[in-house]
Amino acid sequence: MEIINNDTALIWKALEEVKDPEVPVLSIIDLGIVRNVVVSDEELIVTITPTYTGCPAMDMIATDIKLLLAGRGFKKVTIQNILSPAWTTDWMSEEGKQKLKEYGIAPPQPRQQICNNDLFAPNEAIPCPRCNSYHTRRISEFGSTACKALYQCNDCKEPFDYFKCH
Amino acid sequence: MKEIISYTLYLADTNLILSQRNGEWCGHGPILEQDIAMTNITLDLLGQARNFYQYAATLIGNGATEDSLAYLRTEREFKNCLLAEQPNGDWGQTILRQFFISQYQFLLYNSLINCKDEQLSAIAEKGLKEVTYHLRWSSEWVIRLGDGTEESHRRMTNALEALWTYTGEFFIPAAYEQFLIDNGTIPSQDELKLTYQENINSILKRANLNPPSGSFMQKGGKTGIHTEHLGPLLAELQYMQRTYPGAEW
Ligand SMILES: [Zn+2]
Repeated sequence: MEIINNDTALIWKALEEVKDPEVPVLSIIDLGIVRNVVVSDEELIVTITPTYTGCPAMDMIATDIKLLLAGRGFKKVTIQNILSPAWTTDWMSEEGKQKLKEYGIAPPQPRQQICNNDLFAPNEAIPCPRCNSYHTRRISEFGSTACKALYQCNDCKEPFDYFKCH
Repeated sequence: MKEIISYTLYLADTNLILSQRNGEWCGHGPILEQDIAMTNITLDLLGQARNFYQYAATLIGNGATEDSLAYLRTEREFKNCLLAEQPNGDWGQTILRQFFISQYQFLLYNSLINCKDEQLSAIAEKGLKEVTYHLRWSSEWVIRLGDGTEESHRRMTNALEALWTYTGEFFIPAAYEQFLIDNGTIPSQDELKLTYQENINSILKRANLNPPSGSFMQKGGKTGIHTEHLGPLLAELQYMQRTYPGAEW
């Protein structure tokens, strides 16, 4: 059906209204977790992939997508979860990274930099989202949510979250 | 079919039981940052358990769900490795248990990415990224404590004594596992075993710890023969669903 096919772009656009409940400045499009949108006569299938396996936000995101699309007149919406290829922070949009920084969370660095498995490797230099100083230190590799590490700026002294590369 | 179900449940149960044990640290970690690290790892393990249970449920059919598999099976039906159910002991013992299991999962998931079962491969690919963090974190802690103060070294030596005989079970295939190896669904474990031993020994050496000399290894978990510690753990884990069947929130 012609009209519905044309709607795919509009659906992608509408999905920008669904936010990550844990980082509400980011839409699920910014995060890069919407992998596919398929419309047929009978149903609309939205394929998403989790950021982290245990991320409790995924159930809520699935519900939010269904609610939003129901409001746009789609009666049958199916959310499909896929695991492969595994999500990476490289899929986060540049716009999303900018939003994160403005929100006070240091955006993920490109992947090659951190995927260093050496033990006691020096902490990656993460610029402070407030004053841009690289003079920062890692307080904890694991932070308030699975996707974040905890840092502190040595110059402005502010602690901040780093959305870690994954 | 029953072999792949059993094997998937072995992977699911090992993650669930370890996450339940680790979860006992929630709010009790030695310092806030490590309490958070431990609960983050716990959440990853629980997420991986859910992926394996969901897959097992689709294979079993007949109304099975991830919840029925986690909450309504009995002790003898659980297939987790014995190491996962061992008590937390002190922080050192918890760290060492995590390190032994993370090292195993790191090698196992790496090999399962190329296995013939698409869904196991996808879960492994996803889980590997998380396990990589767990392995680095726990390895650093093993070294820090083993090569730390007299007190921390003593505790790690005790932990090693307590847990060592549970580290062989990973590489003693259960019948269902051997079946899947023989028909080529999952890769042989022999090579993994050698790499595992090398990696473990190298970290223990850096930690100034000596592995116990005996070669006797415990087994049984994979086929439902557990230590006395699993029953009480399940009683707590399954309490709500047993008392109020079908309860939801
Ligand atoms: Zn700063």
